[in-house]
Order: sequence, then structure tokens, then C-alpha cells
Amino acid sequence: MKYFGLIWAGLWRKRARTLFTMASIVVAFLLFGLLQGLNQGFNTVVTNLNVDRLYVSAKTNMTDGLPISYGQRIRNVPGVRAVSHWTYFGGYYQNARNAIPAFATDPEPLFKVYREMKIKPEYLEAMKRTRTGALVGSELAKKYGWKIGDRIPIGTSIWTTKQGSSTWMFDIVGIFDSTEYGGGFPVFYLNQEYFTENAAFGGNVAHYYIVGIKDPHQATRISKEIDAMFANSTNETRTQTESALAQMQLKQIGDINFIVNAIVGAVLFTLLFLTANTMMQSVSERTPELAVLKTLGFSDGKVLTLVLIEALALCVFAAAGGLALATLFFNSGALRQIFGNFTMPMVVIGMGTGVALVLAIVSGLPPAWRARQLNIVDALAGR
Amino acid sequence: MTPVVSLRNVAKSYLRGKQQVEVLHGVDLDIARGEFLALMGPSGSGKTTMLNLIAGLDQPTSGEVHVAGARIDSLARAALSTWRSQHIGFVFQFYNLLPVLTAEANVEVPLLLTNLSRGARRKRVETALQLVGLADRGKHKPNELSGGQQQRVAIARALVADPTLLVCDEPTGDLDRRSAEEIMNLLQALNRTQGKTIVMVTHDPKAAEYSSRELHLDKGRLVDEAARRAA
Repeated sequence: MKYFGLIWAGLWRKRARTLFTMASIVVAFLLFGLLQGLNQGFNTVVTNLNVDRLYVSAKTNMTDGLPISYGQRIRNVPGVRAVSHWTYFGGYYQNARNAIPAFATDPEPLFKVYREMKIKPEYLEAMKRTRTGALVGSELAKKYGWKIGDRIPIGTSIWTTKQGSSTWMFDIVGIFDSTEYGGGFPVFYLNQEYFTENAAFGGNVAHYYIVGIKDPHQATRISKEIDAMFANSTNETRTQTESALAQMQLKQIGDINFIVNAIVGAVLFTLLFLTANTMMQSVSERTPELAVLKTLGFSDGKVLTLVLIEALALCVFAAAGGLALATLFFNSGALRQIFGNFTMPMVVIGMGTGVALVLAIVSGLPPAWRARQLNIVDALAGR
Repeated sequence: MTPVVSLRNVAKSYLRGKQQVEVLHGVDLDIARGEFLALMGPSGSGKTTMLNLIAGLDQPTSGEVHVAGARIDSLARAALSTWRSQHIGFVFQFYNLLPVLTAEANVEVPLLLTNLSRGARRKRVETALQLVGLADRGKHKPNELSGGQQQRVAIARALVADPTLLVCDEPTGDLDRRSAEEIMNLLQALNRTQGKTIVMVTHDPKAAEYSSRELHLDKGRLVDEAARRAA
């Protein structure tokens, strides 16, 4: 601790250079935190997905849809606990930019399949009684200031009504807690019957059947049975677990793991040279000063340690700044729209700290070794 | 009385490129405790090399160097570092203060190697700065001080750990006449009132007048004083 002043003074010997190097490290670790955080977030989301739910879609493409009549047949497969479905409605509120993740469904079994999604029974009852009813997630309701009893217009560029209108009117009859779910998750439900009766075309399909099963160990058997049941029909099915579906959707974006690691690797590799260069210059400029320290009795090992700690301070302080900024971004709710209740995974902070330490040692060791090997007489004579 | 410094048949040569350069040739020298020795001679005569050997910064090619009761020519690098921190105070021609530290912090540097508490270190720094007449300049950085003041800070740094021997390499070489006189008066006072043993390398005969003994080196050999005077 008594050497702190000496190390600190050495670190800020060239204030502008240190600040610029620190800024580069802060930005690199901000990027590291964000990308690795997202990557870990994707993995966590996929890992934590429910294992007792299966998703059935058309084998050709989800958008082709499946007949509404399939629900009853799937329900009869042994081991199935409950079946509901999503029919994509989409839509927007007031302006096309205010997209609403709206789906037509059979609400009562839906909340049986999604047992973690809590709703008051009276809201489900109200939904049954109100053909134009809508159940809305709490976050969405909060965003647009909706409350129960409100009558709201939802526009659509796909599903015109039989009357030729592209605006559908809905009565909000219930609000459920949706804080656990991100922006891609459906948080606006309308009655399938109302949709089927009023859509000018194609209202009698389900894009996904969501199947709640009794025993997750039976998932493979049940999936095969469902797909076998509709094999060789005009609407063949593909049944997947929730995590397999999520992985498939993520794969459409690309191999996120590879992209993240490639970007972060390139950034850190560049940073390594930048930091090593800064430390090399700093030590080179201070050759006479380091020789004086040795003259005064600082051992070779002590001089090596001082330079190394200086590199550590530079990297670790700046990396902490970058990771703190990334954490602030994660916790600010900016990503909640995409991933739901999502915070910076601690493992990323740990990884970042580890990378900062390695960066400091690798970039600090060559100049520190050079300082250690310094010959006092030659250094004082300027040789 | 046992001398503080004792050199016996000391030789030093360096390899410059492919050429072996003999700098000192079998030098014998004793320096008594409390002496103020001025080491003079032309450039390249081996003055600084001899000073470096006495201060434990370099090691002889042959011969023995005894300083403050230890034979230092055979000490390992790490042991020599510790020995220097306990026995030697250095004053350089160009002060060699650390530019990013205040005068106080510069003077404190040698004490970081001791087990003294922060409070005890502060007290010693204050005393050293008072001794060189710069008690009110402790918070100033080197670039805020004149050359003479910087050299005083360097002397305070050399004294603060109470070394056995003060080693000065051209301490007035970078100073104007007035500042040089002030520095030499200070070194003389330290020698006379504090009993500090001082070995000083200088080109300047006026600076040498402040010493208690002058020695001359020429081509790596100590010149016989009587012969030199006669010549």
C-alpha cells in the first residue's frame, strides 16, 4: 500500500496517453460486456426454457398454419396435459411503428399450458363472456396506459375484417403479469372465435399448437406420436421442445457464439498491442527514473512488481469501468423489451475480470521484465 | 580507526564493442569515517567508475571493495540492493528527482524500503527538508523548483534514511556559481556538524576546496599527491 503513490504517479505520468488508453480499454470491455452478456443471456434463456411444453407447427413453414381441428386430436395423445394455440395476428396501436405482439387463442387452456403466467380467474371468465375481449400483459398495458374496461383500436396490415376494415376494436377485460417475458413473447390475446368469424380470409388456422405434457421425459415419444398422427396428410406437422424451437430461431440469426467470440477476440487482441505499447513507451521514457529507484535500493524484483502493478491498475480500472457501463445498460431496462427480465450475468463480470488480468499480465510483463533487467550504470549514463 | 571505505588492488575493465577498456588499474584507497573526500581528475580518468564501485552500483573486475564493514564486491544483486538502501545516499549531477512526485514524496522514496510507519516517514521527511532549508517547499513538484532547490531536495533524499556514506557525482555540475556555493556549504555543514562521510566526484577545483581531502585520478590510477604538487 505504501507504494501506491509511486505507482499512481507513474500511471499518470503522461495524463493524455493514459486517458486515451483507458478510454480504449473501457470501450473494449463495454463491448465485451454487452456481447458476452447477450450471448450468455441467449444461452440462459434457452437453458431455462420450459421442458414440459412442446410446439407443433406446419412441417413446411410455421406461416402455413395448421387446421384448428388438430387441437382436439393432439389433446387425445397419451401424456398430454393441456393444448392451446397461437394464431399470429400482429397489429399495431395508433401507428405502424407501435407493433403489438397480438395472437388469437383459446385463453383458458393457454394459461393452463403456461402455468407460470398468472392471471385472475375472473379475467378469464370475462374473456369467455366478451367476444371482443383482450387479455393484455402488464408491461404492454403500462406502456400505452391501458386499463380494464378500455376499448382500443388495433390496426393490421394483414387481417382485414369481413367489413373491409383494417382496424379491429377490442375491450380490455384482463391484465396479466408479463414482466418475466421479453418483447417477442405474445402479450396481447384475442378470442380465436372472434378472429375466425371476422377475418376476411385465413382465420381458421393455428400457427403453433402449444402442448403441455405431464412428464418431460416423455417429450420425445409424444413429439413423435403427434408428428406420426399427421404424417402423409395435407398438413404434416413438426413438433419441437421449447428450447429446440428457441435454438432454431436463434440459428436463423447466425451462430451467435461464434460471432461474439470472433468480435471480442479481435478487439482484445488489438487492445493487447495498444496496452503493451503504452506500457513499453512509459517504461522506456522512465529508464533514468527506474535506474534511480534501483540506485536507492529497490531490488530488481520490486521494480518488476511496480511496473506490473501499474499495468494491472491501468487494465483493471478501465475494464471495471467498461463492465460497469455494460451492467448499467443491461439493468437500465433497454434489453427488457427483447429478453424480458434480464440482468447482466455475473459470469460475464467474472470472465471480464479474468480477461483484464490476463491482458494486464501479458501486456505488462515485457516492459516489467525490461525494467527488471535494467543495468543501473548504463541507464544512468544514458546508454 | 577502521576506514569506512577500503579499496584493495581494485581493477575495472569494460567491454566496449569488441574492445576491452581498462578503466581502473589496481587502485588502493582508504577513506576514514567523517572524511569529506573530493575525487578529481580529467574526463575518462575513472572517477565515476570508482564512485560506482564504492556505492555498490557496479562490481570490480578484480580486487576487494569493503564499505561500512561489508565486502561488497562479492554480494549478489539483491543483497547489494538492500545494502545500498541501508548504507548509501546518492546525489547526482542532474538531481534525478522523480518529476511526477512532490519534493516530500521524492524525499520519502528511500524510506518506502524501510519498516517505518507512515507517521514516522513523514517526520523524517520533514526533518530532512528542514535540514536542507526547504521545509516550506515540500508540496512543490521538481519543475516548480530552481536547480539549486532541486539539488537540495536530492540531498534531503540522500540523507533521509541516515546512510553511512554520502556519494555525490558532480553535485554542482549543473548549477550556477551561487547555487553551487550554497550546495557546497550545505555538504560541508553536513560533514562538519552531522559527521557525514562524503565522497564527491568533481571537476570543479572550487567545489573541491570545501572537502577535507582531495585525491586525483589519472588514466585509472590514483596520482601520488606529493608528486602531483611537485609537478
